[in-house]
Amino acid sequence: MSAVGQERMIEVVDRIPEEELAKLDPIIAKYAHRPGYLIPALKEAQEIFGYLPQEVQTRIAHGLNVSPSYVYGVVSFYAFFTMVPRGRHTIRICLGTACYVKGAPEILAKIEQELCIGVGGTTPDRRFTLVEVRCLGACGLAPVMMVGEDTHGNLEPGTVMDILDQYK
Amino acid sequence: MTVDELKRIKERARTFDKVEAGEVHVVVGMNTCGIASGARETMHAFQEGMKRLGIKGRVFQTGCIGMCFEEPLVDIIEAHKPRITYRHVDGAKAERILEEHLSEGKVVMEWAMAQFPNGGKPLEGLPLYSELPYNSKQKKIVLRKCGFIDPEDIEQYIATDGYFALAKALKEMTPEEVISEIIASGLRGRGGAGFPTGLKWKATREAKGSPKYVVCNGDEGDPGAFMDRSVLEGDPHAVLEGMLIAGYAIGAKEAYIYVRAEYPVAVKRLQKAIAQAKKYGLLGDGILGTDFSFDIKIKMGAGAFVCGEETALLASIEGKRGMPRPRPPFPAQSGLWGKPTNINNVETFANVPAILLNGASWYSSFGTENSKGTKVFCITGKVKNSGLIEVPMGITLREVIFDIGGGILQDRGFKAVQTGGPSGGVLPESLLDLPVDYQELSKAGSIMGSGGLVVMDEATCMADVARYFLTFTQSESCGKCTPCREGLQRMYQILDRICQGNGRPGDIEDLEELARSVKDASLCGLGQTAPNPVLTVLRYFREEVEAHIRERRCPAGVCVALIRYEIDPEKCKACGICRKKCPVGAVEGAPKVVHRILQDKCIKCGTCLEVCPPKFSAVRKV
Repeated sequence: MSAVGQERMIEVVDRIPEEELAKLDPIIAKYAHRPGYLIPALKEAQEIFGYLPQEVQTRIAHGLNVSPSYVYGVVSFYAFFTMVPRGRHTIRICLGTACYVKGAPEILAKIEQELCIGVGGTTPDRRFTLVEVRCLGACGLAPVMMVGEDTHGNLEPGTVMDILDQYK
Repeated sequence: MTVDELKRIKERARTFDKVEAGEVHVVVGMNTCGIASGARETMHAFQEGMKRLGIKGRVFQTGCIGMCFEEPLVDIIEAHKPRITYRHVDGAKAERILEEHLSEGKVVMEWAMAQFPNGGKPLEGLPLYSELPYNSKQKKIVLRKCGFIDPEDIEQYIATDGYFALAKALKEMTPEEVISEIIASGLRGRGGAGFPTGLKWKATREAKGSPKYVVCNGDEGDPGAFMDRSVLEGDPHAVLEGMLIAGYAIGAKEAYIYVRAEYPVAVKRLQKAIAQAKKYGLLGDGILGTDFSFDIKIKMGAGAFVCGEETALLASIEGKRGMPRPRPPFPAQSGLWGKPTNINNVETFANVPAILLNGASWYSSFGTENSKGTKVFCITGKVKNSGLIEVPMGITLREVIFDIGGGILQDRGFKAVQTGGPSGGVLPESLLDLPVDYQELSKAGSIMGSGGLVVMDEATCMADVARYFLTFTQSESCGKCTPCREGLQRMYQILDRICQGNGRPGDIEDLEELARSVKDASLCGLGQTAPNPVLTVLRYFREEVEAHIRERRCPAGVCVALIRYEIDPEKCKACGICRKKCPVGAVEGAPKVVHRILQDKCIKCGTCLEVCPPKFSAVRKV
């Protein structure tokens, strides 16, 4: 996450009202007595809110009887978790070795240039968030990206924006 | 479920790929590569089309047959006729295959890739599947069912001898005998390090403490590697059966399979497979009428490369930050929640049923002195046929890249092959005749690794590749130990300035010294192996790196800071295309005035070179 992107996002984050936070309680009830299930709990929480702000982390920490710093440690460690809201569609551009040698850097540059955001950034209309990933394991189709749940392969700088145009 | 019932299911299901006269089976490859190439639409087109045209039969899915470069792949099976494999079948092609092949019985030869005779008379002018150059040097043990059974149907797995290795272990062998058989087979860990599997099992069995756990490492993080994904998507029950046998051998009742979050299809298939195995009594209490009980849970990763390291993976299962810890104690003595834990990779487990069914001596008849059996590789990068292959150990890299892989894309020159991901090394042309073998690869400064083989052509800059791997490892370093956290960053900084054209004399020596320290002093496998790509680049491609430093020149023309675009005034016809396309207005000129690139404005994006009409070829990269 680029520092610039993060600052811009934090400004627009509102405090989460209590009734929203209460949506976490079923998750907490499900995992409260199962050691080792903090990560699944956080994943489900992120599915609800789209990201894991401090209030969400604190509530989960209290519910699962661990310290908030422990939860923050886990959230900040894994790339899957985000502490700032993401766009409607997350573009995961693969920079694995096979993609790299087959031109992924040019694809990335094209997307950055067209969307006017860097890696980790979100477009002002919250349509796209751009992240890089290490390897999507679809190297036979390199270069590859995922948009949401869809995998797109054999990308070319000239046509990659046509693919993104399908996502409104 | 008893063994007799298992036999009855096999009897009943064995005809799953036999087709009645007047019926057609359409088999669509639905692994991640296939789906990304449009296999879902293809499958839908066949389902709709068969209904519309009133063709009897059914459409079913299968896993990866390995030819990612030909996806979406579709097989048509009819009674008493050869099974035909079509390549690149999109929705429109599906329509014509429906009309000509399925309705009128005429094979669409221009899209057909190969045939299996299946008892029928082979068609003329179409190669046999086993004779395709891509397949002829392969030996499939782990992947033998991938692409031939429906991974979401346990009965098809049982029909192909699935769960009979488990039955054999439970009914005819003691746990010690199972372990001896695995030791005798010579199977070594397929996750990369190559520790003998049987010895690991033995150590876990003999370790004090209970309960004991079995863990399957499916956190396939190496870029360029997708073997485990393909096995999990194509034959998930083989992995479950291997884990069950391991559980019986070491005395465990509980197991976890850790799969990375980036593999949603694999997770879905595993969930289905586990649910089916439970329904059929192959997981749970009293398996196959014995007192052996076993349960497998899925744990999903959350995006951290270091979790592929076994102690980090165990920490992650426990819900912690995935940070490694020093070994010993090894997980066999103190693993998950401090209990004895046997942890193997997906491919290792998938080998186990075949070894028990066919015997250790059969398995060890493949391979070399020190490396037995087969290895699954993903061959990718600048190679014509990229995909998933399984070859006997001892085959040379040349055979893999040129015979199976079909050589380099656009027939360019071969430059290097990278084995073992960010932990391995890059090997030059002079080592192409190296056999694929744990010892040999390690002598050359690389490792077997999990099975990624990334091929690079002459347009690849090796200094840039070394920097690329360090970008990867230094950002994935968990930060716990200093040599890895700091050392890799310093190495990255040096390589970055070399690629930027700011290299200094002594940089190469500094890199080598740092690399040795990081290798020797790091806590876990990530740091201990992360310098390998750099060290092999310096060993085999030193001159290329030196050219960056001494001559400020990138011989491959990749490092942006060291290249320039120029317009040849003799060749330029002032057509204006590059002037209009240049994103930063760095091309000076006018109609009928020869163009020129303003170097201080140019961002070196290469657009001018791309758009200059080939008949002029006036733009060049220097």
